[in-house]
Formats: sequence, C-alpha cells, structure tokens
Amino acid sequence: MILVTVGLQGPFDRLIRAVDEWSALRNCAEVFAQIGKAKYVPQHMRFTDFVDPFEFKDLVERARLVVAHAGIGSIISALEAGKPIVVMPRRAGFREQRNDHQVATTKYFEAQGRVIAAYQEQSLATRLDYGLTLETSPRISSKASPQLISTIRSFLDNELNTMKFG
Amino acid sequence: MTDQSVPTKPKALAVASGGGHWLQLLRLIPAFEDHDIVFVTVLESYRRQVSNKFYVVRDANRWNRFAVLTLAARMAWIVHHEKPDVVVSTGAAPGYFAVLFGHLFGARTIWVDSIANVDRLSLSGELAGKHADLWLTQWPHLAKAAGPHYAGAVL
Repeated sequence: MILVTVGLQGPFDRLIRAVDEWSALRNCAEVFAQIGKAKYVPQHMRFTDFVDPFEFKDLVERARLVVAHAGIGSIISALEAGKPIVVMPRRAGFREQRNDHQVATTKYFEAQGRVIAAYQEQSLATRLDYGLTLETSPRISSKASPQLISTIRSFLDNELNTMKFG
Repeated sequence: MTDQSVPTKPKALAVASGGGHWLQLLRLIPAFEDHDIVFVTVLESYRRQVSNKFYVVRDANRWNRFAVLTLAARMAWIVHHEKPDVVVSTGAAPGYFAVLFGHLFGARTIWVDSIANVDRLSLSGELAGKHADLWLTQWPHLAKAAGPHYAGAVL
C-alpha cells in the first residue's frame, strides 16, 4: 500500500492530483490518501479527510511508501517506521502555506538522504517510481539527538555551562 | 497518613500544537524521565498516545485576537493550577503562553524551536526567547551569542 498524506494544515490538491494521475497510469498499486478538506476529488485511489493518530501510525506501518507534504510530522512518522518517503513542499505562491519554509525543510532532509524530493508536481511521477524500488530501512530512534537530550538533562540538573547558555 | 519523607518528582508541563510540533515534543520526553509530565496540546485524539495527565487547548494564530486572548487565559489557568517546576515547548502559540506564564509563576522554562523553521525562528519562538531559560533553535546557522542557542536537533 502507498500512503499519501497532506497533514493537518489544510488541503494540498496539487500533490493529491499528481499522485492520483500517477496512480491511474501505473494501475498496479493500492493507494490510500489523507487529503484534508480538499476540493479535488481523487478518481483512482481511496481517500479520507483526516485519520486519528493511531490509525495513521497503523497506515504508515502497513505502507511500503509514504508520499507527503514536507511537514515535520509526516517526515518523523515515516522515518520512525523506517519507510521511504517522497515529499513535495507546499508553496506560498499557490496559497498552500503562509511561506516557503517547506522548501528549506525538503532541501535539508534531501541532503541528508532521508527523503526523496519532488519540488514540482511534474517531477513527482519519476520520484514515486523510484520510491517504489526502495526497501524499508532501519527505524530511527524515537528520541531526539543525544546532544539535545543531554543538554536538556544538564539544564534540568542545573549543570549547564552558564557561560554558553545564558 | 501521608509520608512526608517520600520525595515527589519534579513536575514538567510539556506543551505543543498539533502535527510536527507534537511529535517533536514526544522526542524530547526521554530527557524528562525523572519528572512527572503533564501534557498540553490541541487535539483530543493525542490523549491515547500518552498515559499522563492531559489538557486540550484551542490553538490560535496571530490573526484571531479573540482566540489568542482565550488561549492566553486558559494557559495562565493551567500553569497556575499545575504549578510545574519546568515548562517545555516545541511551539507554537500554546507553548509561547506556557513559557510566558511559567516564567511569571516561577517555573524554569525551555523553548525548542521547531526544526521546520529553517530560515528564521518562528514568531512564537522569537517572543518566547525573553521568557525561556533555555532557548534553543535546531539550526546552527540561526544560533546567536545571546540566544537562541544550538544544541542538536530532534532528528
């Protein structure tokens, strides 16, 4: 199953339409999409507006590929399940988000090799085809980086170097 | 009879909006293993993910003044009622007010700005800086000498 998700920040029809069209062309894959309060009605995949967190976790576990907006929640969910994820950033120019911060998020995680990036809907099909060739990878730890955890612990224990952290 | 000699754990109030904010907060929780944690978030559906005491507040953005005031009043009440030793948040608006009132009511406060804010700190993160004892960005290039500081990321 391929899981598509636009998260909680409103619809992202550009992504849904592109995946729907790809899904029609490939005709082989089972696709399930969480589309929010969207205008575009998918023709070639099952969909719902929202799913609760447990259901979402279960869907990610069952998916072989996750396709999402470049939201941190979607990316964390896929990485914690060890699933390959294709992301397309929301753009302010299409009124999909107030600013273009998802482009920066996408570049960062792409540079780390943690997501497959499609910056425009035109490049989505090839990225999805590529994503389907990938295997599940090891799950990432469910904790923040050791440096961040230990910094917070030191702060809680009053051991933080106050020269460095005012 | 209560045993006064049993030390109680310090209390942490952990606050986040929905989606990525919430999942980033959960990734910080291992740092609070010797604390009693009370969660505040914006979706009732997150309650089953944690076994802790749990409050739901209505999120607000800067464009809706009434929602902002309602949220501020509710967070003030929660912080005053819970009397946490420490307040921690990954944003956004509920976390800002939690850090603000936590600071006013004598708690120690931690702000970890969302990793989504790559180009600049969030508005709530900028505002929270004044009231956060530990003020962190997850991006080295956004760190400044006077804060926010960089000390790793949730991922």
